[in-house]
Amino acid sequence: MKRQFLLLLSGVLALTLAACAGGETDTTTTPEDGTTDTATDAGAEDGDVAYVQVDGSSTVFPISEAMAEEFMAANPNVRVTVGVSGSGGGFKKFCAGETDISNASRPIKESEIELCQEAGIEFVEIPVAFDGISVVVNPENDWAECLTPAELGAMWEPAAEGQVSNWNQIKPEYPDQELRLYGPGTDSGTYDYFTEAVTGEEGESRGDYTASEDDNVVVQGVQADTGGLGFFGFAYYEENKDILKVVGIENKDGECIIPSEEAIADGTYNPLARPIFFYVSKQAMAEKPAVADFAAYQIDSANTNLISEVGYVPLPADLIAKAQTRLQDGVAGTMFEDHSTLGVKLSDKL
Amino acid sequence: MTYQNEGAETTGSTSSFEVNMSTRYKIDTVFKYATWAAVVVAIVVLVVLLVDVAVDGLPRLSWQFLSSMPSRKPEEAGLLSALVGTVWVMILVALICFPIGVGAGIFLEEFSKDTWFSRAIEININNLAGVPSIIYGLLGLQVFVRWLEPVTGGRSILTGAATLALLVLPIVIVATRESLRAVPDSLRQAGFALGATRWQVVREHVFPLALPGILTGTILALSRAIGETAPLITIGALTFISFLPPLDNPIEGVQSPFTVLPIQVYNWVSRPQAEFHTNAAAGIIVLMVVLLAMNATAVILRNKFQKQA
Repeated sequence: MKRQFLLLLSGVLALTLAACAGGETDTTTTPEDGTTDTATDAGAEDGDVAYVQVDGSSTVFPISEAMAEEFMAANPNVRVTVGVSGSGGGFKKFCAGETDISNASRPIKESEIELCQEAGIEFVEIPVAFDGISVVVNPENDWAECLTPAELGAMWEPAAEGQVSNWNQIKPEYPDQELRLYGPGTDSGTYDYFTEAVTGEEGESRGDYTASEDDNVVVQGVQADTGGLGFFGFAYYEENKDILKVVGIENKDGECIIPSEEAIADGTYNPLARPIFFYVSKQAMAEKPAVADFAAYQIDSANTNLISEVGYVPLPADLIAKAQTRLQDGVAGTMFEDHSTLGVKLSDKL
Repeated sequence: MTYQNEGAETTGSTSSFEVNMSTRYKIDTVFKYATWAAVVVAIVVLVVLLVDVAVDGLPRLSWQFLSSMPSRKPEEAGLLSALVGTVWVMILVALICFPIGVGAGIFLEEFSKDTWFSRAIEININNLAGVPSIIYGLLGLQVFVRWLEPVTGGRSILTGAATLALLVLPIVIVATRESLRAVPDSLRQAGFALGATRWQVVREHVFPLALPGILTGTILALSRAIGETAPLITIGALTFISFLPPLDNPIEGVQSPFTVLPIQVYNWVSRPQAEFHTNAAAGIIVLMVVLLAMNATAVILRNKFQKQA
């Protein structure tokens, strides 16, 4: 019985394999050749390979990935690895001396600075680009053209939980349409910044919204829901322009601003535009020239096209120059004493 | 008389029996269709998933896709580093978990005495098989990434493989014990009667008979390991890697940073660009092919041993 069953099982497996491998016999066998070839190639120039370890925020990841790709093409002896463990997770590794560069979508926190101090790690804080948090609604939504941070606050504040569930509660002239909210999960730096900007309290929001670590879920949710509203990074809006409608945000001068590269870079898209950073360890830069090279490469004005390519807004030329001097001089510590970028002009701080 | 009596009895009972029969046949039919429905639901779900992935991913599959490194440009991106990483990790997982798992299984089944201690171990192993995989990730992070850093090289292939091997170890142990238990005791008794030691009996008679079953369990365990993402993300393998571990130096090779197919798929799925989602679908197909190839190898091995035994 058992033997028969095993034979049957193997037969079924073999059949499935044959069926699946049908058009694909090449793909199953060929990778082996490919791997050995390229591996030996890489081994040949193995001489003294320098590793640069980057980790941290998923928001900054696409920038570092693009930079690493081009940097390694130019410097074959350097291997850059870019990890994703969130801004907080990245700092934990960074301050334990496990990584050379830490990406962050928010400034370093006091507790994290203490961790770094205990381990004797000094860091240089470098802004690398701007991101604009985009607020989107369903394309069928023809009433919401412009929202103020206060109105967003009324939707998202903790007190709205179970209370605010209709668009006409936000403004009386809005139609009687159910309001459903979508956003990133509470672990994300985008969520932290958005909640601070609209409710005044970082990380404080209602709990009854559809939260997802995958921003594509937010895109799909709002796309399928006439009364839906969601927010995420500018790159996700850029890619989904044709299926979502972006809402203008009233800035502190009372103008209604639609997020765009210009508005994000010149600071008129406030309060939802924010700088994003990387932190580089001074010790790592001293020990490994490749780390300093890669850090400089990321803020080289010749590489700003990579930043726009992945959906972020590069720093203007004058700020790039200031960031470069900051890196060269190795200015340690954070420029954000109150550990928030909300309402802070980067040009004043650099 | 007797015959008549018997006949009367039979007819009497037959009439009530016939009523019973039709109900019993009905229940039988209902049950048959219920099990059929269960099969159909399972198959339909599988087919829908496969077709969906194939429609999205098949057009993207090409030699370029398999031989390129990850890239910010979806049309240039490939999964070479992830594919190679998966092959390295799976070979190491098999090398680590097979000897340890089978060894532990043999000890518990053939050598240990039935004491409260061995029973406690048995319960614990069964429980371990049900522990969420992320817990193993946390364990791997502390033990292999931090404490054993000089040996493993931190977030390396070896760390990933050791973590996954721990994760699937209980499955291998349980499968080994089940297969050993299925070997008839008379074989052991006969061996002992002829003066063979326990080691000889196990090596010459019990183990070869149990090997096909053990291999099946190992296949199942490795199939689980190849698709795992959570523990690897916890140990920090969610990484952009665009180089391969050096082949000429295996020690350095297993200590180098890595990425694997499920992680590459996860990375691509969460990108804003739809082209990356296509890449993810193609990556899923590659992962499936690797899995099936691995299973096929194990099936062939097992059939070979089965014929010998």
